Amino acid sequence: MKTIKLFLIALSLSAFTGIQAQTAEEIVANYFENTGGLDNWGKLEGIKMSSKVSQGGMEIPLEIIQLKNGNQMTVINFQGLEIKQGVFDGEVLWSTNFQTQKAEKSDKESTDNMKIQSQDFPDAFYNYKEKGYTIELLGTEDLEGTETFKIKLTKTPMVVEGEEVENSSIYYFDSENFVPIVIHTEVRMGAGKGMISETKLSDYQEVDGLYFPFSMTQGIKDGMSQPITMDEIVLNPTVDLNVFKFPEETSSEVEKN
Amino acid sequence: MVFNTHNSFINMKKLGIIVLGLAMLPLSLIAQNDSGVNLKNLFGDLRARHIGPALMSGRINDMEVHPTNDRILYAGTAGGGVWKSNDAGTTFNPIFDDHCQSIGAVEIDPNDPDNVIYVGTGETWTRNSVSYGDGLYKSTDGGSNWKKLGFDNSERIANIIVNPKNSNEVFVAVLGALWSDSEERGVYKSLDAGETWKKILYINETTGAADMTMDPNDPSVIYASMWEFRRTGWSFSSGGENSALYKSTNGGETWNKIHEGFPNGQLGRLAIAVAPSNSNILYTVIEAEDPKRKGLYRSDDAGEHWKQLNNDFGITVRPFYFSRITVDPRNPDVVIKGGLSGSISKDGGKTFKSLGNMHSDIHDIVFDINDSDRIYAGTDGGVYRSWNGGTTMEIVENLPLSQFYHISVDDATPYNIYGGLQDNGSWYGPSASSGGINAGDWNSIGGGDGFRVLKHPTKDIIYSEMQGAENVWRYDVSSKLVKTIQPLAQEGHEDLRFNWNAPMAISKLRPNRFYMGSQYLHISEDMGDTWRIISPDLTTNDATKQQQADSGGLSMDNSGAENHTTIFTIAESPIDDNVIWVGTDDGNVQVTKNGGKTWDNVVVNISGLPKNTWTYHIEASVHGKGIAYAVFDGHTTGDMKPYVYKTSDYGLTWKNIVSTNVVGTTRNIQEDYVNENLLYLGTEFGLYITADGGTNWEKFTKNVPPVAIHFIDLQPTTNDLVLGTHGRGIIIIDDISPLRDITTKALKEKLYFFDSKPMVLSDESGFAGSFGAETQFVGANPNRSPQIKYLLPKRHTFGKMTMEIKDLDGNVISTLTPGKSKGINIVNWFGTIKQPKVAKGKTFAFGGFATPRVPAGTYTAVITKGRDVFEHTFDIINDNRAGLTKEDHKFKQDIMSKMYNMTEELAYMVYQIDTFLASPSTKSKVKTELENLKKTLVITTGDNYVGSAEPELREKLANLFSKIVGSYDKPSNNELENLKTIESRFVSSNKVFNKLKKKIKNVDYQSFESFLKE
Repeated sequence: MKTIKLFLIALSLSAFTGIQAQTAEEIVANYFENTGGLDNWGKLEGIKMSSKVSQGGMEIPLEIIQLKNGNQMTVINFQGLEIKQGVFDGEVLWSTNFQTQKAEKSDKESTDNMKIQSQDFPDAFYNYKEKGYTIELLGTEDLEGTETFKIKLTKTPMVVEGEEVENSSIYYFDSENFVPIVIHTEVRMGAGKGMISETKLSDYQEVDGLYFPFSMTQGIKDGMSQPITMDEIVLNPTVDLNVFKFPEETSSEVEKN
Repeated sequence: MVFNTHNSFINMKKLGIIVLGLAMLPLSLIAQNDSGVNLKNLFGDLRARHIGPALMSGRINDMEVHPTNDRILYAGTAGGGVWKSNDAGTTFNPIFDDHCQSIGAVEIDPNDPDNVIYVGTGETWTRNSVSYGDGLYKSTDGGSNWKKLGFDNSERIANIIVNPKNSNEVFVAVLGALWSDSEERGVYKSLDAGETWKKILYINETTGAADMTMDPNDPSVIYASMWEFRRTGWSFSSGGENSALYKSTNGGETWNKIHEGFPNGQLGRLAIAVAPSNSNILYTVIEAEDPKRKGLYRSDDAGEHWKQLNNDFGITVRPFYFSRITVDPRNPDVVIKGGLSGSISKDGGKTFKSLGNMHSDIHDIVFDINDSDRIYAGTDGGVYRSWNGGTTMEIVENLPLSQFYHISVDDATPYNIYGGLQDNGSWYGPSASSGGINAGDWNSIGGGDGFRVLKHPTKDIIYSEMQGAENVWRYDVSSKLVKTIQPLAQEGHEDLRFNWNAPMAISKLRPNRFYMGSQYLHISEDMGDTWRIISPDLTTNDATKQQQADSGGLSMDNSGAENHTTIFTIAESPIDDNVIWVGTDDGNVQVTKNGGKTWDNVVVNISGLPKNTWTYHIEASVHGKGIAYAVFDGHTTGDMKPYVYKTSDYGLTWKNIVSTNVVGTTRNIQEDYVNENLLYLGTEFGLYITADGGTNWEKFTKNVPPVAIHFIDLQPTTNDLVLGTHGRGIIIIDDISPLRDITTKALKEKLYFFDSKPMVLSDESGFAGSFGAETQFVGANPNRSPQIKYLLPKRHTFGKMTMEIKDLDGNVISTLTPGKSKGINIVNWFGTIKQPKVAKGKTFAFGGFATPRVPAGTYTAVITKGRDVFEHTFDIINDNRAGLTKEDHKFKQDIMSKMYNMTEELAYMVYQIDTFLASPSTKSKVKTELENLKKTLVITTGDNYVGSAEPELREKLANLFSKIVGSYDKPSNNELENLKTIESRFVSSNKVFNKLKKKIKNVDYQSFESFLKE
């Protein structure tokens, strides 16, 4: 509680300075400052998030692991069986096939794009310049009663259907406390291509000095969306890197985990 | 005496309380009424859904292809914004939903085609029903974000051209105002990519730039056609001395007319095209005084000389509506001309044949950049693709651009929506359908242009009409019998004058009553079989506005669209059927209080309204028979201001109830049936809502684009607000009832729960065939699951905010994610508990994913936000359509509960077996026995598809569980018999297990409770 109180004081202070914060660089700097400090973000080695997704009344436990080296995975638990999705070991992107429960590699283009995306850890804005990303302040916008800074983040281009495409998102930073509350990204591949995906972030809470949104709603702008609530976020978890490795033809691997 | 005094004392006291009560009641009402709130930023989760239809799509104004990527193309639509296709026209997505939806031109910068797009608003095929634009926009990120570049009063932009060698050099052809004089027209040029503009070709206030093209090989050569034109509410004029074709060879510095070989006399609308493969070859289509000299002309010397080639009907028809020439990018002799059917020539314009069958009225055609067999056409009925050079055309099925003139709803469950469309007949379709509302859900209910469609209040009968009431149909839905019932001329009366969009109305109080309006009000008490005229001519009967037979200018155009001095809106009071309101297109507001015996023209009592401003809609109130709202639209005189008035005394006095932030002309108002201060306003640029009787209007933008809203209806049972848009089909905002309950007091609360009616656990299911949905538009269904709604005064960003549903005993039934938005938050609950914990096997028991419903009863939603806890109690009731008794429901709950527990007990048994099997302490003989037992409990081999093993106890139990949970009915005897066999197998397995368990020593395992929580 003490930390939260202190944090709130820090917030109200930064709100004062916030009015003058005009450049995208300052806004992003404020964001890191308000969420634990850039240095602390830089020290982060990995994150493990435990959450539950509710679908049609059904509760699905979900575990997301992301590491500094780009390794990541999402583990869904159904009836005691683990289904892994979006597992990446830095080279191979794979997922568990739902029908056979065997690991299957993703196509090359998706894998290449994952390599690009895996640079985002611990945060897409962290060291954005070094990553070759650019940011641009598009202005302020009243987002349903909350004044926000609208910042476009342009990352390394992706390749979709053989063609290089821009890889960018629009982040809406709450002008009061400098955290993103909405992210818009144009869907670049698949059936929803051309639509705008929308992620809403809230319930920022402290975990060992860093602040994370514990509640997210993901969906298509003006369309259906899906809430995800974090039960727990563990920083720098101990993870055996072998879990990210593509299991060569082994059906029992899934069960053992 | 004493007794009497005593009695009277008591009576007085009672009376006093009553009097006090009475005095209090209106006071509290007044307090509420007077203190209505400003809705700014309070709409929160209230969000509209689009239901199309898309099967007939809507009018397209301009098509544009990407210069290097043949998968990308754009459709600029007449009333539905800009749509982009990434898959060569298979599907489209809207990219311009925050801005004016009436589009004139779309241009991609050829130097940066993935990023830079210009959109000129305001459609340019100037029919009577066109909307108007509000300027020029530019995107530098492929359409994600848009910046306005001025031209606020341009009204319609015909072309935009970016120099293919210099992105900074941009030309814009402004057609300009249709209904009034304007200086903001002609050709403009920018040298700084749109930041600043210079007018480089201007004739006068009545002549605009109708078409423009650039020599693809020499950007300094520009051709522009200037057109003298004007529309009024009652006439159209195309042509004049000032119409001409110009050429500039110095980037627009100077211009010369290029008329060598042109017909003499006045000219009308001219189209111009340069053959991309040979820029000496030009084509123009000329509207001329002499019919013989109209048609297609060609120049082979870059405009020096012209030769007439063709004046077929397909080339000369309605120049104001069809003046687009497209030349094949690879062959200068292949020419396509827009028209009623569209015409293609393969011999340089000498002869033409019609394009393949598609919706009529072709406004624009583009060729694929690589393959001339691939053609895209923009019509009054959407975008069409051809793969064989235009011989066969197929419609794009996911462009919901339908242009409604009017809509209405019925009281069915789910309710239906009725309405008529520009050039696309009349239709009705459901507000909800299994798997979404798709093309097959819509029913045709009239041809031609469709306008008003009304359902008989009690019978299975629908009234519909076509333009000018040429036909008014009465359709018996169940017998499929149709007859025409339009009022015909009567002895002693003048010929009838019906508006293009002729008004009809029904009575809330007399179901068989039916009204039609010509210049007279016609009434029928027998559904249109017998008509009586119950008014004098209610219009101005201004003969100068009745010359529609001479309308059109150089090309006569007497379609009936210019019929004027007619009645346009009729409203009978829902409280008193003798009170009838009539509004006319020439600005009268007439009211009778005695069923038509006498009429008063009360428009004279409105101050601030320009004379003869079109009375677009009158809404007779449910809150008092003297109360009515009148909405006026002045756009046909060039007056784009909103006019909305309220009267409470039958029109004697009127109050202006529009606030200054409302932009654009107004077309319709809908009052709320419960809260008199709550009103919904349809404008040319979207929906506005007020909760304080019109002091503050707030634009509703949650999935409602700034589209022209021609009609609004409020479904009284569901409280759904239904918008009939002219370009984006039907848009619905489900259940607006929270808006009634936003008060100053509620806004002061940290969190305010809205009252909720008992929520029904719907049993509705059905079969949702999704065939074709990959590429077809499917309208969204309403969410009919129980919803908890509350108001937050501020967005929640930091700290924990959770929500639980508890039963009356305080048990947590469900955990939900609460909404965090400022304003209205809506949280859906499925009315179920989570799925049971299922035994772990080799594969999934799919039946184990079933989530059983909670019993009907009272529940509490508990929101914890920081240290604050907020509670709201609500009732859940069963769907009575299933016909189950209370006992039936109880029985079903008991069975479900029993099976739920059995499922979890089995899961625990298997967990223990797995633990024992994994332990080295377990003896191998016991392990073998445990393994044998496990094989009968869960599937231990195979996969989840066709490699699956035979079902064991877990799968059998799960399947039956899922079958019973998924049924609306109580468990059948068949199901109960099956349960018996499963149960006995479970019991015997349990016995075997317990025997084996006794042989296990020194193995740690979790308790049942902690296993469930795991």
